[in-house]
Amino acid sequence: MSKPEVNISLHHVTRVEGHGNIYVNLKDGTIKKCEWNISEAPRFFEAMVVGRQWNELHHITSRICGICSIGHVLASLKATEAAMNIPISEQDLILRKLALHGENIQSHVLHIGYLVLPDLMGVGSVIPLASTHPEEVKTVIRLHRLANDMSNMVCGRTTHPQRLIPGGFAKLPTQKELVDLKKRLKDSIPDLQTAANLFKTLSSGFPDFQRETEFIALTDPNEYALYDGELGSTDSKSVPASEYLSFTNEYIVPQSTAKRAKHLRDSYMVGALARLNINYDKLSPLAKEVAEMFDLKPVCHNPFMNSIAQLVEVVHSVEDSIRLISELEAEGLKPQPDYFRPEIKPKSGRGVGAVEVPRGILFHDYTYNDSGACTKANCVIPTNQNHGNIELDMKALLPQVMDKPKKEIELTLEMLVRAYDPCISCSTHYLNVHFE
Amino acid sequence: MKPKVAFFDFAGCEGDELQIANLEEELLSLLGHVEVVSFREVMKEHSNDYDIAFIEGSCTRLADEDRLKEIRKNAKIVVAIGACATIGGINSLKNYKDPDEVGRIVYGDKAKLFDTYAARPIDAVIPVDVYVHGCPINKEEFLHVVKSLLMGKKPDIPNYPVCVECKKNENVCAFERGEFCVGTVTRAGCNSCCVNEGTICWGCRGLVDNPNENSHKEVLLKYGLTVDETINKFRLYFAWQGRGK
Repeated sequence: MSKPEVNISLHHVTRVEGHGNIYVNLKDGTIKKCEWNISEAPRFFEAMVVGRQWNELHHITSRICGICSIGHVLASLKATEAAMNIPISEQDLILRKLALHGENIQSHVLHIGYLVLPDLMGVGSVIPLASTHPEEVKTVIRLHRLANDMSNMVCGRTTHPQRLIPGGFAKLPTQKELVDLKKRLKDSIPDLQTAANLFKTLSSGFPDFQRETEFIALTDPNEYALYDGELGSTDSKSVPASEYLSFTNEYIVPQSTAKRAKHLRDSYMVGALARLNINYDKLSPLAKEVAEMFDLKPVCHNPFMNSIAQLVEVVHSVEDSIRLISELEAEGLKPQPDYFRPEIKPKSGRGVGAVEVPRGILFHDYTYNDSGACTKANCVIPTNQNHGNIELDMKALLPQVMDKPKKEIELTLEMLVRAYDPCISCSTHYLNVHFE
Repeated sequence: MKPKVAFFDFAGCEGDELQIANLEEELLSLLGHVEVVSFREVMKEHSNDYDIAFIEGSCTRLADEDRLKEIRKNAKIVVAIGACATIGGINSLKNYKDPDEVGRIVYGDKAKLFDTYAARPIDAVIPVDVYVHGCPINKEEFLHVVKSLLMGKKPDIPNYPVCVECKKNENVCAFERGEFCVGTVTRAGCNSCCVNEGTICWGCRGLVDNPNENSHKEVLLKYGLTVDETINKFRLYFAWQGRGK
């Protein structure tokens, strides 16, 4: 008996950042078409920054993404600092790590609490949950606000932060603000436990799906690498981050001209699950406990578990931030003049900045001339690196669900895309072409 | 009956919609007064029956004009949120470059497959009723605008330069520190937030309605700034508003 033909055409998948489409055609029990396409308007950042000065680039490229703008600023500053040999102090390094933790907590809580939770609760958005599950929603809001307050305090603003500048900070938080923050972080641990318990009761809602792939993330012998490290892979040896092009190998596929990336296999995955798979041993104690609750250990090949890896990372970021603030406290925060500008003489050169941002490893690569103007820029965004892996996951997942009702197939595919927490408006490389 | 509201995004970073999420508990109370019928970033449901449309992002391709016109047709009130929507934003930086060159730099020999044109604010395509400025928007100002609309009032948006707020905040003037700032001609309402945080005003809220250009020129001359430096800083956010000037 022939099976009915199933056509899925999901335009602008909801509850993801940016615009992406899913196209599937199933005929006689076989996959005739399975595509994950991007329809975001291209924005041309790498061309826009050419000719701009070294001390403006982070301001411009932070606008690539509103959700991970702190990460973009940090990758941008690291690239500029590498190109011009600009040092930063130990204190500024710790503060930058705090900034990154703040953003990771904010972005992860937003994703798992506002975007993934509705799927597990069987509703279309977080809005109805506010009245049916007020305590759960309030817990999510409290954690989200804490992360935002942390970013505000360290960076001066949660989105497109102003304090982070080449060579350091234009303005510092006060020691009292940091100590108060440490207390709030400690007080948030019961909320983290509530959140972990909530997801534990719902985690059977994640499809049981495995597809072996390569995972890529920064790695460091001394810590759970986020701000710095070498490029690590579950398939190969680490290399210095400046050699990122040998890992990312961007290419264009005929049916969708959005750039993709591959290393040793047909695709690879970046993000919380990749980091956890590569750096599990360096997680904080409480974060490991949460990972164990979900039986999440390396190497996990279920992409749906990326959301749980994000939950684990939230716990890690809270614990590690407490540790970092204690370090600053012990040393005593060194003050600096108002409107501080480190002395920098621009010079020519090329620099690469690699940072682990919420959705995975991010690269900014700039070349400057003698007068400090940018002559060439390349930004490789986490979501770009994941597109190939998303599509291959879809192809592997479809046979598992193709006998189910169309609505259910659609929901499973959407949940898969959401698990990657794609950030499509990070659109330096996207373009909108439909070949039919 | 609660007014129906919808959110839409075009070319931008979605940082303005994030500011709305960042209202946290206040967002819950706001949801008591409006019915959100479309918000792709946070909900699955969608309806074309809405009273107020909030639009983030610039229009950067012909194909998006139809979507904008459809929104205009459906909505009683159109609100542009964030610099990309109100003034073209950072996206407009590319308007100063040769479009072929821009495409080639990013996409090489595949650039011809692009559908793109000069980035522009929403009101370059459809009439806009209310503007929430900034990159990103200020969430308090967004709340003020929504409350005003719900009460049928015109929101109160400043039409004087950032310098007024900056002086009140007792900042040391960027020019006095040897830096370049465009707060002299930029619309206030941000409480000079960037200068307060130790940097300069970049101009993200756009030009005030009647910028005092002569007095701004005097400031530039006084501090010995070159035409190139001036133009470069102006292009960051004023590319669309200042075109042809």
